Order: sequence, then C-alpha cells, then structure tokens
Amino acid sequence: MLPTKQMSVQLLRQAFNSSQPPPRMWRSHELKERYDVVIIGGGAHGLACAYYLAKEHGITDVAVLEKSYIGAGGSGRNTAIVRSNYLTPEGVRFYNESVKLYEQLSDDLNFNVMFSQRGHLTLAHTDGGVNTMRRRAEVNQIEGVDSRLIWPDEIKRLCPYLDVSDHPRYPILAALYHPPGGIIRHDAVVWGYAHQADVRGAHIHQNTEVTGIKVKKGKVTGVETTRGRIKTGTVLNATAGWASTITTMVDIKLPLTTIPLQACVTEPLKPFLDVVVVSGSLHVYISQTDRGELVMGASVDPFSSYSMAGSLTFLEGIAGHVLELFPALSNVRILRQWAGICEMPPDYSPIMGFTPINGFLIDVGWGTYGFKASPIAGKTLAELIATDKTPDLIAPFRLSRFEENDLVGEKGAASVGH
Amino acid sequence: MLLLTCPNCGDRNVSEFRFGGELSSRPKDPSALSSAEWANYLYMRNNVMDAQTEWWHHNAGCGLWFLAERHTRTNEVIKTYPYAKRNA
Ligand SMILES: Cc1cc2nc3c(=O)[nH]c(=O)nc-3n(C[C@H](O)[C@H](O)[C@H](O)COP(=O)(O)OP(=O)(O)OC[C@H]3O[C@@H](n4cnc5c(N)ncnc54)[C@H](O)[C@@H]3O)c2cc1C
Ligand SMILES: [Zn+2]
Repeated sequence: MLPTKQMSVQLLRQAFNSSQPPPRMWRSHELKERYDVVIIGGGAHGLACAYYLAKEHGITDVAVLEKSYIGAGGSGRNTAIVRSNYLTPEGVRFYNESVKLYEQLSDDLNFNVMFSQRGHLTLAHTDGGVNTMRRRAEVNQIEGVDSRLIWPDEIKRLCPYLDVSDHPRYPILAALYHPPGGIIRHDAVVWGYAHQADVRGAHIHQNTEVTGIKVKKGKVTGVETTRGRIKTGTVLNATAGWASTITTMVDIKLPLTTIPLQACVTEPLKPFLDVVVVSGSLHVYISQTDRGELVMGASVDPFSSYSMAGSLTFLEGIAGHVLELFPALSNVRILRQWAGICEMPPDYSPIMGFTPINGFLIDVGWGTYGFKASPIAGKTLAELIATDKTPDLIAPFRLSRFEENDLVGEKGAASVGH
Repeated sequence: MLLLTCPNCGDRNVSEFRFGGELSSRPKDPSALSSAEWANYLYMRNNVMDAQTEWWHHNAGCGLWFLAERHTRTNEVIKTYPYAKRNA
C-alpha cells in the first residue's frame, strides 16, 4: 500500500529542509491530576484504544501509561503475522474484522503500515492435521473468509522452494491456504496509532509505571504511578504479558500464565518466499520481509517466565525444523534473536471487558497471537468504555466464561500459527 | 536457566525436566464447590513476577515430581526439594 499524499508531501519537504528536525510523532506531557480514562500499557492495543476513543467517541481526556517506551512489549517483538483463518466462528468473526481494519489502516492513520497480504499457508503433515485444516476451511468459508485446503502440487506452485517430496520425516500432505493473510510493519502500527491518538488529544506517558490501583467500595478511583497519582473512574489493563501483575493490585486472579516466545531473523536474501509458511507439527513459521530477511519463530518456551532472554536451545530447534521445510537454507546465517512474553489463557482466546470491579476493564489473554487483533480490540473496547455495554463481537471473550464453562477453544488454530 | 537440581539425581540439564506449573492446592471436597470456586481451581493462576513455588518432573531421569522455588523474572532457582518436604 502506498503512503498517503500528505505523508509524501511531508517527506519531500523534509528532504529540502535538512536544518530542521522532523516533527515529533507524539508529545511529552506533565501528568495531569485526573483523566477520564487511564490505559495501562503502551502497546498497539492500548494505543489503538486511545485512538478509537477519540476518533469514534470524542473521548480525548485519556492517558496511556507505559512503564518503558511504547512498543517495548509484544507489540515491538512479534513476527507480525495477520490472518483470520481461526477455528471457532467467534474467533473467525473477530479476527476478520481486524483484518478489515488493517486493510484500511494506512489511509486511516495517514501512515504507511506496510500491510502485505501475500497469503498464508498452514501445512498439515498428518491425517489429523489435514482434518483440522478441513474443519477450519469450512468454518472460515461459512464466515465469509477466503480460506481453502490445497494439495502439494498447488503448494509447490505457491512456494517452489518448499520440500513437498516424501523425503522429510513429516512429509507435507496438504495446507490451509488463506490468501488475505500476510505480514505488517509492527512498529509502524504502534507509531501510527500513537501519533493519531496524540493529535486528537490523548496523553502518552512513557517511563511511567503503574504501581498501584485505588479502589473504593468496589469502584476504581485512581492509579498510582512512579510519577505520581492520577484520579480516574476508568482503567483499562492492556499490559499483555504483565497483565497478572496489574490485576493482583486489585486482587483479581486471571487464568493466565506468562511464557516467553522467541523469534529470530536471518541475513537478507533475494526474494524467494512470497507466502507466510506455518507448520504446527514442526513448531515453526517463516516469512520473508521486504528487506529480504527471513523472520522465523517457534512455539513458546518450555517453562513460564517474565524473562526476555533468548536461548541456544531455541536456535538449535528452529534451525532443524526450518531445514526440514527448506533444505536450501542450510548456509544462511542468523542475524539476531529475541524474546517477548506472552500471557497464555487455557482456551487460547482473549479475555476482554468488564471485571468484578466497577471501572476496571481488561484487554488480555493475547498469548502468541494478539498483534493481529490490535485494531479490533482497540475499537471494541473503546465502544465498551463509551457505551458501558459489551459489543456483541467480544461478548464470547468475557472473563466470566470460565465459571460459566463456556470456553472458546482456539488451540487448534492459535498455537504456533500466531 | 541451564541446570536444575533434581532432589534425587543432582544437577542436570534443564532439558531433562518438564515444567508442571505453579503450585496450587487441591480442593478438599470438589463436589461441594460452586462453579466460581471450581473455575478458580481449574483456571485461575497467581502468575507472579517474583519467587514462585512450582512443579517440575524429571521425565528424562528418575521420574520424580518435585518442587522448585524460582524467581520468574530472573529465572534464578532459589531451591528445589521433594514435595514431602514442602513445609520444612
Ligand atoms: C516473538 C513473538 C512473536 C509474535 N508473533 C505474533 C504474530 O505473528 N502475530 C500476532 O498477531 N501476534 C504475535 N505475537 C503476540 C503479540 O506480540 C502480542 O499479543 C501483542 O503484541 C500484545 O499487544 P499489547 O499491546 O496488548 O501488549 P504489549 O505490546 O506487550 O504492551 C504491553 C505494555 O505494557 C507495559 N507495562 C507492563 N507493566 C506495566 C506497568 N506496571 N505500568 C505501565 N506499563 C506497563 C509494557 O512495558 C508493554 O509495553 C508475538 C509475540 C512474540 C513475543
Ligand atoms: Zn531425578
């Protein structure tokens, strides 16, 4: 997608005017004593919510509190896969609305988020895998999502370097093909939302850590931060991997376990891989960026942790699995690896909306797959805040589903697939 | 974290072990629980960013399930011990 006009004009002006620094994308502010809405967590989710609050509902007295820099969490560490070919109708509907918002986002934010809908392949290496893909294709089609089962001949056409022979230990039997799936520039999404939220009046406070939440008679009255106290009646917890550390402040337990997820990137190669390739059985997924680097990830680490250290075990594992799919990559070098932390819910679906504490809202349970949901999560939660009602689209993801025994099981489509 | 100390076998590569999640206590009388209490036992977790008491299984070794105290931000293992010694 091309950058919009205004941005190119700005760029051009900048090119002839090197003496002036480019304008700031978002400003710094003193903490105000009071805000209508306080959002904890300056990731894509928190910033998107601030943006839609202002844009759709005229609510601009909003603070986004970020303990580090914006995008320091999963939003700056993910592998940027966007898709909607999930397993449950509730999930497919929800993620599909997000894909639609992403398709318009460069225009909407006047900022190029480089959404590249290059197609997404989920490989099946076993009969069980083929069955799951078939089921997903059916559910996707009923919900109007472009998604179908394809066989090795078509897989080979889409991805010539993939080994579709019967030589590998787990030969490729079929794949779920999802043409609208793809990758996006994750930092641009964070910056674009931050910029437009700032322009509309929201305050983005970096280096501002929430250390406590004030509750009186079951209702939120304020938050304590490393920069002072804020009075507010509405707090949204959008801290993803750190979500439980915030809810313990108000004695709410969440069904979450925080586990690191690692990824790595290779040196740039000539473009050879158009589609995003995912293999659940091999615990690996891979895509090629516009710069030619291969971005690769695996499943979550073997034990829970808030540590964002990388491990050699991960690199060894992923190298083996990638070579099983693409033997031709054996001499390619890894440039860097990193980790982020993911809060895993038992059913691999998000947890959004009201809690037992009046005015304390959550947007958590994003696990290894939440970046793609940033626009729709921000938009629906903004609506929930403005109307005090849960939008239908996110009603299935309410916190009370756990005691109502009404889980939304997405494991078959959410683990490894991201 | 590279090594973990099995109470039976001593220091071993952490890849020999399987993580079993944070320690929680089983309800004494499951049939007397309300749905909320049952959901609390099944799903809700403290998920602390702090020292955590947790289960480990030496599955590629002696097969013992034991407890560890580990800091979940640094992964520093404070100690490991058999379940029977949890109150010692
Ligand atoms: C390696 C990796 C690959 C991934 N790949 C994909 C993918 O391909 N597709 C996909 O859809 N998803 C993917 N994900 C998941 C995705 O990154 C997350 O679900 C998503 O970014 C969550 O966004 P967020 O805005 O909710 O949280 P985050 O971006 O994590 O933001 C939370 C913020 O809260 C801040 N915070 C924490 N505690 C406090 C406090 N006390 N006070 C103030 N601020 C605080 C943190 O500093 C952080 O910036 C991946 C994740 C990882 C780690
Ligand atoms: Zn042992």
